[in-house]
Amino acid sequence: MAKTSKGTLYRGQAHGQWSWVAHRITGVAIFFFLLVHVLDTALVRVSPEAYNAVMETYKNPIMGLGEAGLVAAIVYHAFNGLRIILVDFWKQGTRYQKQLLWGALALWLVVMIPFLIRHLSNVFGG
Amino acid sequence: MSTPLKARISVPRSKDLEVNGVKYNRSSSRRNNFEMFAWLFMRLSGVVLLVLVFVHLYVNLLVEEGGVHAIDFGFVGGKWANPFWQVWDLLLLWLAMLHGTNGLRVIIDDYAEKDRTRFWLKVFLFVTSAFVILLGTLVIFTFEPCPVGADPALLASFCTAA
Repeated sequence: MAKTSKGTLYRGQAHGQWSWVAHRITGVAIFFFLLVHVLDTALVRVSPEAYNAVMETYKNPIMGLGEAGLVAAIVYHAFNGLRIILVDFWKQGTRYQKQLLWGALALWLVVMIPFLIRHLSNVFGG
Repeated sequence: MSTPLKARISVPRSKDLEVNGVKYNRSSSRRNNFEMFAWLFMRLSGVVLLVLVFVHLYVNLLVEEGGVHAIDFGFVGGKWANPFWQVWDLLLLWLAMLHGTNGLRVIIDDYAEKDRTRFWLKVFLFVTSAFVILLGTLVIFTFEPCPVGADPALLASFCTAA
Protein backbone atom coordinates (compact mmCIF):
# COMPACT_ATOMS: atom_id res chain seq x y z
CA MET A 1 0.00 0.00 0.00
CA ALA A 2 1.30 3.49 -0.79
CA LYS A 3 2.80 5.12 2.25
CA THR A 4 0.65 8.19 1.77
CA SER A 5 -2.43 6.03 2.25
CA LYS A 6 -3.95 6.43 5.68
CA GLY A 7 -6.69 3.93 4.90
CA THR A 8 -10.30 4.86 5.00
CA LEU A 9 -12.90 5.04 7.73
CA TYR A 10 -12.65 1.24 7.80
CA ARG A 11 -9.63 -0.05 5.89
CA GLY A 12 -6.38 -0.29 7.83
CA GLN A 13 -8.04 0.80 11.08
CA ALA A 14 -7.54 -1.22 14.26
CA HIS A 15 -11.20 -0.84 15.24
CA GLY A 16 -12.32 -1.52 11.68
CA GLN A 17 -10.50 -3.94 9.43
CA TRP A 18 -7.99 -5.43 11.88
CA SER A 19 -10.41 -6.28 14.67
CA TRP A 20 -12.54 -7.98 11.99
CA VAL A 21 -9.57 -9.95 10.61
CA ALA A 22 -8.63 -11.04 14.14
CA HIS A 23 -12.25 -12.05 14.81
CA ARG A 24 -12.24 -14.31 11.73
CA ILE A 25 -8.85 -15.87 12.43
CA THR A 26 -9.67 -16.59 16.10
CA GLY A 27 -13.11 -17.92 15.08
CA VAL A 28 -11.67 -20.39 12.56
CA ALA A 29 -8.95 -21.50 15.01
CA ILE A 30 -11.50 -22.08 17.80
CA PHE A 31 -13.76 -24.05 15.43
CA PHE A 32 -10.99 -26.44 14.38
CA PHE A 33 -9.96 -26.89 18.01
CA LEU A 34 -13.60 -27.65 18.85
CA LEU A 35 -13.76 -30.47 16.29
CA VAL A 36 -10.65 -32.10 17.79
CA HIS A 37 -11.90 -31.44 21.34
CA VAL A 38 -15.22 -33.29 20.75
CA LEU A 39 -13.42 -36.19 19.06
CA ASP A 40 -10.86 -36.65 21.85
CA THR A 41 -13.52 -36.30 24.57
CA ALA A 42 -15.55 -38.98 22.73
CA LEU A 43 -12.79 -41.42 23.78
CA VAL A 44 -14.41 -41.57 27.25
CA ARG A 45 -16.93 -43.79 25.48
CA VAL A 46 -14.14 -46.16 24.36
CA SER A 47 -12.34 -46.79 27.65
CA PRO A 48 -10.79 -44.92 30.60
CA GLU A 49 -7.35 -46.04 29.39
CA ALA A 50 -7.86 -44.68 25.84
CA TYR A 51 -9.04 -41.29 27.12
CA ASN A 52 -6.28 -40.98 29.71
CA ALA A 53 -3.61 -41.99 27.16
CA VAL A 54 -4.61 -39.14 24.84
CA MET A 55 -4.91 -36.63 27.72
CA GLU A 56 -1.36 -37.58 28.80
CA THR A 57 -0.01 -36.56 25.39
CA TYR A 58 -1.47 -33.08 26.00
CA LYS A 59 0.25 -32.60 29.35
CA ASN A 60 3.49 -31.02 28.18
CA PRO A 61 4.75 -27.42 27.90
CA ILE A 62 4.14 -27.14 24.13
CA MET A 63 0.46 -28.08 24.47
CA GLY A 64 0.30 -25.89 27.58
CA LEU A 65 1.37 -22.90 25.49
CA GLY A 66 -1.14 -23.97 22.83
CA GLU A 67 -3.89 -23.94 25.48
CA ALA A 68 -2.81 -20.45 26.54
CA GLY A 69 -3.07 -19.32 22.90
CA LEU A 70 -6.47 -20.99 22.55
CA VAL A 71 -7.82 -19.23 25.65
CA ALA A 72 -6.36 -15.92 24.42
CA ALA A 73 -8.21 -16.43 21.10
CA ILE A 74 -11.48 -17.38 22.84
CA VAL A 75 -11.38 -14.39 25.21
CA TYR A 76 -10.64 -11.99 22.32
CA HIS A 77 -13.45 -13.49 20.21
CA ALA A 78 -15.84 -13.25 23.19
CA PHE A 79 -15.13 -9.60 24.05
CA ASN A 80 -14.88 -8.39 20.45
CA GLY A 81 -18.15 -10.27 19.85
CA LEU A 82 -19.80 -8.29 22.65
CA ARG A 83 -18.47 -5.13 20.97
CA ILE A 84 -20.02 -6.20 17.64
CA ILE A 85 -23.35 -6.78 19.42
CA LEU A 86 -23.17 -3.32 20.99
CA VAL A 87 -22.32 -1.74 17.62
CA ASP A 88 -25.32 -3.52 16.07
CA PHE A 89 -27.91 -3.02 18.81
CA TRP A 90 -26.88 -0.06 20.96
CA LYS A 91 -27.87 3.32 19.62
CA GLN A 92 -24.51 4.89 20.47
CA GLY A 93 -22.61 1.74 19.40
CA THR A 94 -21.29 2.98 16.07
CA ARG A 95 -20.26 6.28 17.59
CA TYR A 96 -18.17 4.66 20.32
CA GLN A 97 -16.99 1.58 18.39
CA LYS A 98 -13.35 2.70 18.64
CA GLN A 99 -13.56 3.14 22.43
CA LEU A 100 -15.43 -0.17 22.60
CA LEU A 101 -12.45 -1.92 20.98
CA TRP A 102 -10.04 -0.44 23.52
CA GLY A 103 -12.50 -1.53 26.22
CA ALA A 104 -12.59 -5.08 24.80
CA LEU A 105 -8.79 -5.22 24.67
CA ALA A 106 -8.52 -3.87 28.23
CA LEU A 107 -10.97 -6.55 29.45
CA TRP A 108 -8.94 -9.12 27.53
CA LEU A 109 -5.84 -8.12 29.52
CA VAL A 110 -7.77 -8.14 32.81
CA VAL A 111 -8.87 -11.74 32.16
CA MET A 112 -5.68 -13.02 30.52
CA ILE A 113 -3.13 -11.85 33.12
CA PRO A 114 -4.56 -13.82 36.09
CA PHE A 115 -5.41 -16.74 33.79
CA LEU A 116 -1.86 -16.95 32.42
CA ILE A 117 -0.31 -16.74 35.89
CA ARG A 118 -2.42 -19.66 37.10
CA HIS A 119 -2.33 -21.74 33.91
CA LEU A 120 1.38 -21.35 33.17
CA SER A 121 2.31 -22.16 36.76
CA ASN A 122 0.25 -25.38 36.37
CA VAL A 123 1.97 -26.16 33.06
CA PHE A 124 5.56 -25.30 34.02
CA GLY A 125 5.32 -25.84 37.80
CA GLY A 126 5.59 -29.26 39.41
CA MET B 1 -21.62 -15.95 -10.86
CA SER B 2 -22.43 -12.56 -9.51
CA THR B 3 -25.96 -11.70 -8.58
CA PRO B 4 -27.53 -9.33 -11.10
CA LEU B 5 -27.99 -5.83 -9.73
CA LYS B 6 -31.50 -5.18 -8.63
CA ALA B 7 -33.31 -1.96 -9.24
CA ARG B 8 -34.60 -2.14 -5.70
CA ILE B 9 -32.16 -2.67 -2.86
CA SER B 10 -33.97 -3.65 0.29
CA VAL B 11 -33.09 -3.37 3.98
CA PRO B 12 -34.88 -5.05 6.92
CA ARG B 13 -36.41 -1.92 8.40
CA SER B 14 -39.82 -1.29 9.82
CA LYS B 15 -40.07 1.78 7.60
CA ASP B 16 -38.96 1.86 4.00
CA LEU B 17 -36.17 4.25 3.23
CA GLU B 18 -37.17 5.86 -0.05
CA VAL B 19 -34.76 8.08 -1.98
CA ASN B 20 -35.78 9.60 -5.32
CA GLY B 21 -38.49 7.03 -5.80
CA VAL B 22 -36.19 4.03 -5.11
CA LYS B 23 -36.95 1.90 -2.08
CA TYR B 24 -33.77 0.85 -0.27
CA ASN B 25 -35.46 -2.18 1.16
CA ARG B 26 -33.66 -5.51 1.42
CA SER B 27 -36.61 -7.83 2.02
CA SER B 28 -38.11 -8.65 -1.32
CA SER B 29 -40.94 -11.15 -1.25
CA ARG B 30 -38.99 -13.71 -3.27
CA ARG B 31 -36.27 -14.23 -0.66
CA ASN B 32 -36.52 -15.78 2.75
CA ASN B 33 -35.17 -14.42 6.00
CA PHE B 34 -32.51 -17.09 6.53
CA GLU B 35 -29.58 -14.66 6.53
CA MET B 36 -31.34 -12.37 9.00
CA PHE B 37 -32.00 -15.29 11.37
CA ALA B 38 -28.40 -16.46 10.95
CA TRP B 39 -27.18 -12.95 11.84
CA LEU B 40 -29.46 -12.83 14.88
CA PHE B 41 -28.46 -16.36 15.93
CA MET B 42 -24.77 -15.39 15.93
CA ARG B 43 -25.47 -12.56 18.37
CA LEU B 44 -27.83 -14.45 20.68
CA SER B 45 -25.74 -17.66 20.77
CA GLY B 46 -22.61 -15.54 21.17
CA VAL B 47 -23.84 -14.03 24.44
CA VAL B 48 -24.92 -17.43 25.80
CA LEU B 49 -21.66 -19.04 24.65
CA LEU B 50 -19.61 -16.39 26.47
CA VAL B 51 -21.15 -17.55 29.78
CA LEU B 52 -21.06 -21.29 28.89
CA VAL B 53 -17.44 -21.21 27.69
CA PHE B 54 -16.04 -19.00 30.46
CA VAL B 55 -17.53 -21.24 33.17
CA HIS B 56 -16.35 -24.34 31.25
CA LEU B 57 -12.78 -22.99 31.15
CA TYR B 58 -12.88 -21.82 34.76
CA VAL B 59 -14.09 -25.17 36.09
CA ASN B 60 -11.84 -27.34 33.88
CA LEU B 61 -8.61 -25.31 33.83
CA LEU B 62 -8.51 -23.22 37.00
CA VAL B 63 -10.52 -24.65 39.90
CA GLU B 64 -8.86 -28.05 40.32
CA GLU B 65 -5.46 -28.40 41.93
CA GLY B 66 -3.08 -28.84 38.97
CA GLY B 67 -5.56 -27.24 36.52
CA VAL B 68 -5.37 -28.79 33.06
CA HIS B 69 -3.15 -31.60 34.40
CA ALA B 70 -6.01 -32.81 36.61
CA ILE B 71 -8.19 -33.72 33.60
CA ASP B 72 -8.60 -37.48 33.24
CA PHE B 73 -11.39 -40.05 32.92
CA GLY B 74 -12.26 -39.74 36.61
CA PHE B 75 -12.65 -35.96 36.28
CA VAL B 76 -14.99 -36.26 33.28
CA GLY B 77 -16.90 -39.08 35.03
CA GLY B 78 -17.32 -36.90 38.11
CA LYS B 79 -18.73 -34.04 36.03
CA TRP B 80 -21.06 -36.03 33.77
CA ALA B 81 -22.51 -38.02 36.66
CA ASN B 82 -24.28 -34.71 37.37
CA PRO B 83 -27.19 -33.89 35.00
CA PHE B 84 -26.37 -30.19 35.44
CA TRP B 85 -23.02 -30.58 33.64
CA GLN B 86 -24.54 -32.94 31.07
CA VAL B 87 -27.04 -30.25 30.08
CA TRP B 88 -24.33 -27.56 30.29
CA ASP B 89 -22.00 -29.44 27.96
CA LEU B 90 -24.83 -30.42 25.62
CA LEU B 91 -25.82 -26.76 25.21
CA LEU B 92 -22.17 -25.84 24.79
CA LEU B 93 -21.73 -28.50 22.10
CA TRP B 94 -24.78 -27.54 20.06
CA LEU B 95 -24.46 -23.77 20.31
CA ALA B 96 -20.69 -23.73 19.71
CA MET B 97 -20.94 -26.09 16.73
CA LEU B 98 -23.84 -24.19 15.14
CA HIS B 99 -22.15 -20.83 15.80
CA GLY B 100 -18.85 -22.10 14.37
CA THR B 101 -20.47 -23.83 11.40
CA ASN B 102 -22.36 -20.69 10.46
CA GLY B 103 -19.16 -18.66 10.83
CA LEU B 104 -17.31 -21.03 8.51
CA ARG B 105 -20.25 -20.95 6.07
CA VAL B 106 -19.96 -17.16 5.86
CA ILE B 107 -16.19 -17.37 5.38
CA ILE B 108 -16.58 -19.96 2.58
CA ASP B 109 -19.16 -17.71 0.88
CA ASP B 110 -16.71 -14.80 1.17
CA TYR B 111 -13.57 -16.40 -0.21
CA ALA B 112 -14.51 -19.36 -2.44
CA GLU B 113 -15.35 -17.75 -5.76
CA LYS B 114 -16.28 -20.77 -7.87
CA ASP B 115 -19.82 -22.10 -7.44
CA ARG B 116 -18.64 -25.72 -7.37
CA THR B 117 -15.89 -25.03 -4.83
CA ARG B 118 -18.31 -23.20 -2.58
CA PHE B 119 -20.88 -25.96 -2.87
CA TRP B 120 -18.49 -28.81 -2.04
CA LEU B 121 -16.75 -26.93 0.77
CA LYS B 122 -20.14 -26.33 2.36
CA VAL B 123 -21.23 -29.94 1.88
CA PHE B 124 -18.01 -31.04 3.60
CA LEU B 125 -18.54 -28.48 6.40
CA PHE B 126 -22.16 -29.50 7.05
CA VAL B 127 -21.42 -33.24 7.00
CA THR B 128 -18.48 -32.78 9.39
CA SER B 129 -20.52 -30.59 11.73
CA ALA B 130 -23.49 -32.95 11.76
CA PHE B 131 -21.18 -35.87 12.55
CA VAL B 132 -19.45 -34.03 15.41
CA ILE B 133 -22.75 -32.77 16.91
CA LEU B 134 -24.34 -36.22 16.79
CA LEU B 135 -21.23 -37.99 18.12
CA GLY B 136 -20.89 -35.50 21.00
CA THR B 137 -24.58 -35.78 21.88
CA LEU B 138 -24.41 -39.58 21.85
CA VAL B 139 -21.32 -39.55 24.09
CA ILE B 140 -22.91 -37.20 26.65
CA PHE B 141 -26.08 -39.31 26.89
CA THR B 142 -24.58 -42.83 26.75
CA PHE B 143 -21.52 -42.15 28.90
CA GLU B 144 -20.93 -44.64 31.71
CA PRO B 145 -18.85 -43.06 34.53
CA CYS B 146 -18.23 -46.43 36.22
CA PRO B 147 -17.69 -49.00 33.43
CA VAL B 148 -17.85 -52.63 34.60
CA GLY B 149 -14.44 -54.26 34.80
CA ALA B 150 -12.46 -51.03 34.55
CA ASP B 151 -9.48 -50.36 36.82
CA PRO B 152 -11.07 -48.64 39.88
CA ALA B 153 -8.00 -46.38 40.19
CA LEU B 154 -8.98 -44.67 36.92
CA LEU B 155 -12.58 -43.94 37.90
CA ALA B 156 -14.31 -41.20 39.88
CA SER B 157 -14.24 -41.82 43.65
CA PHE B 158 -18.00 -42.51 43.89
CA CYS B 159 -17.60 -45.61 41.67
CA THR B 160 -15.80 -47.48 44.44
CA ALA B 161 -17.75 -46.08 47.40
CA ALA B 162 -19.72 -48.77 49.18
